[in-house]
Amino acid sequence: MTQTQMFDVAARRAEFPALHQEIHGKPLVYLDNAATTQKPQVVIDAVRRYYEHNNSNIHRGVHELSQRATKHYEDARESMRTFIGAASTKECIFVRGTTEAINLVAQSYVRPLVGPGDEILVTWLEHHSNIVPWQLVAEQTGAKVVAVPIRDDGSLDMEAFHKLLGPQTKFVSVGHVSNALGTINPVADIIQAAHEVGAKVLIDGAQAAPHIAIDVQALDCDFYALSGHKMYGPTGVGLLYGKQELLDAMPPYQGGGDMIASVTFEGTTYNELPAKFEAGTPNIAGGIGMGAAAEYLMEIGLDAIAAHEHELLEYATAQMAALPGLKLVGTAAEKASVLSFTLDGIHPHDVGSLLDHEGVAIRTGHHCAQPVMDHFQVPATNRASFGLYNTKDDVDALVAATKLVIEIFGGA
Amino acid sequence: MDPRMRELYQETIMGHNKAPHHFHAMEDADGQSLGHNPLCGDKLSVYVKYAADGTIEEASFLGEGCAISKASASMMTDAVAGKSRDETGAMYEAFHKLVTRDGEVDKDTLGKLRVFAGVGEFPARVKCAALPWRTLMAAMEGEDVVATE
Repeated sequence: MTQTQMFDVAARRAEFPALHQEIHGKPLVYLDNAATTQKPQVVIDAVRRYYEHNNSNIHRGVHELSQRATKHYEDARESMRTFIGAASTKECIFVRGTTEAINLVAQSYVRPLVGPGDEILVTWLEHHSNIVPWQLVAEQTGAKVVAVPIRDDGSLDMEAFHKLLGPQTKFVSVGHVSNALGTINPVADIIQAAHEVGAKVLIDGAQAAPHIAIDVQALDCDFYALSGHKMYGPTGVGLLYGKQELLDAMPPYQGGGDMIASVTFEGTTYNELPAKFEAGTPNIAGGIGMGAAAEYLMEIGLDAIAAHEHELLEYATAQMAALPGLKLVGTAAEKASVLSFTLDGIHPHDVGSLLDHEGVAIRTGHHCAQPVMDHFQVPATNRASFGLYNTKDDVDALVAATKLVIEIFGGA
Repeated sequence: MDPRMRELYQETIMGHNKAPHHFHAMEDADGQSLGHNPLCGDKLSVYVKYAADGTIEEASFLGEGCAISKASASMMTDAVAGKSRDETGAMYEAFHKLVTRDGEVDKDTLGKLRVFAGVGEFPARVKCAALPWRTLMAAMEGEDVVATE
C-alpha cells in the first residue's frame, strides 16, 4: 500500500467543520489554502477549551487557572519545537505571525549589523512581507536590498544567486516555498553558500509549514519564520525560530511586561529567552491552538500529507493545462501544491467571481508578490492551492467551473 | 449558471469587454487621470476633451481591467459624449446609486447604463464598475491620480 492510499482524506475532511457548507447553493470547494487554511476540530476545541476552562494570564499568577494556562501555552511551545526540530524551546519565540517574525529579525538583528555598502539578499519570488521589512532596514542604515532573479519556470536562478552572493552580503532572507507559484526553493544549498561568505540566513516558512517536514537543525538556518493560520492553526499567531547564540546577543524588539527580569528607573534587566522577545500578554489561545495544529499535522505525518498533495497537484496540472487559453504560471520541477494560471483574454477578477458562484474558492490578484507578477508581465493570476483535505473531486469541480468561465467568455 | 451571474455577465457587457469603444489614449486631451484599484491591481487612464461650448467632445480610456470595469469604461465614454459637466456629474451619481443599490435611480439619466444594475448583487465588484467613473470625475476636476477607497 502506498503512502497516499494510507492517507484517509475522507476522514481528514470530516474533521474540518467549515468545509461542510454550501456556497451559492453549491458545495464549498476550498482551494485558497495558500491564503489561509481551514481549522480542524482539534484546533477549534483547544482554543475553546482554553477560554471555557483555563482562561487566565500566563507566567505570573500563583492561582490554579494561571498555572494551567501557562502549562498549556508552554506545552504548545514544546509542540512547536518538535514540529520544527529545534534544539530548545528557548529558540522558539511566539509572535503574531511570519510578518512580525521577519520584522523582529530585521530590526533586532540586521539593523544594528549593516551599513552603507552592505547588502541584504532576497529573491524575486518573495512575498511583500519578506521584502518591505528589508527595505525599511535599508532606509534606516544605508544598506542595499538585492534580489535574486527567477527563471521562466518560476524557479530561482541559482547561478545568479551565487554571483550576487559575496563578502558584501550580510544577510540572506528567502522563502522556503513561494506563495504565488508554489516553487520549493533549494534552501539547504542557499544556507550553506550564505554561511560560506559569513552571511546569516532567515527562511520564510509560511508556505512550507503545512506541506514540508521542517528540520531547522538539519537545514542549519539561523532564523525560521512561520504563521499558525497557514498550518491549520489560528490567525494572529506564529513562530520565530532563532539560534540561541544569535537571540541571546540581540536587543529586545519591543519593551513591556513579561520580557523583563527587573525594572527600575536606573535600568532594566531583560528576561531570559524566549520571554525577552515576548513583551506583553501574548495570544495565549492562539499559541495553544497553533500547538494543537502542529500535533495534528505530526500525527498525520507531513510526508503523507506532501504525497497526497503532490498527487492532487499532478492531477490538477494535467487537466488544467489542457484547457484552451490556459497558461500555467510557475512550472518549476520542485513545487508545493499551488496552481497559478491565467486565461487568455479573461481577467482574474472575473474568473474569481464566476468560480465563487460555482462554490469554488480561489485567490485572484497579485498574491502580495508584485515582483513575481512583474516578471511574468501579468497584473494578476488565478491561484488554486491545495490542502490536506482536498480531493480529486475538488479538482474536478475547479476544472468544470473553469471550463464554464471559458465558455461564458466565448473561448474555444 | 446562477441567474444573477448571468445578469452580471450579460451580452451587452461581454460585447463591450471584447470590443471596447473609445479604447485609446488621447494626445490632445484637456484632462486625464489614472485610476487605480489597489485590491486587484487594475490601472485605467481616462482622457477627456471638451467642445467649444464646454460639453464633452470625447472621452476615452486605456488600461488593464476586468470585464466589468472595461465594459463600464466603454459604455461611459459612449454615454458622456455631448454631455455638459453637470449632466455628466448627475449621470455619475445615478450610476453610483444603481451599482450600490442606494435608492431609486432615474431611468432616463442612465439609459443603457442600466445594464450594470446586476453589479449591485456583488459588493466585491462595485469598485470595478465605479472606477472608470471616479477616474473621469478626477480627470474633469484636474486630479492626476485616483484610487478606490
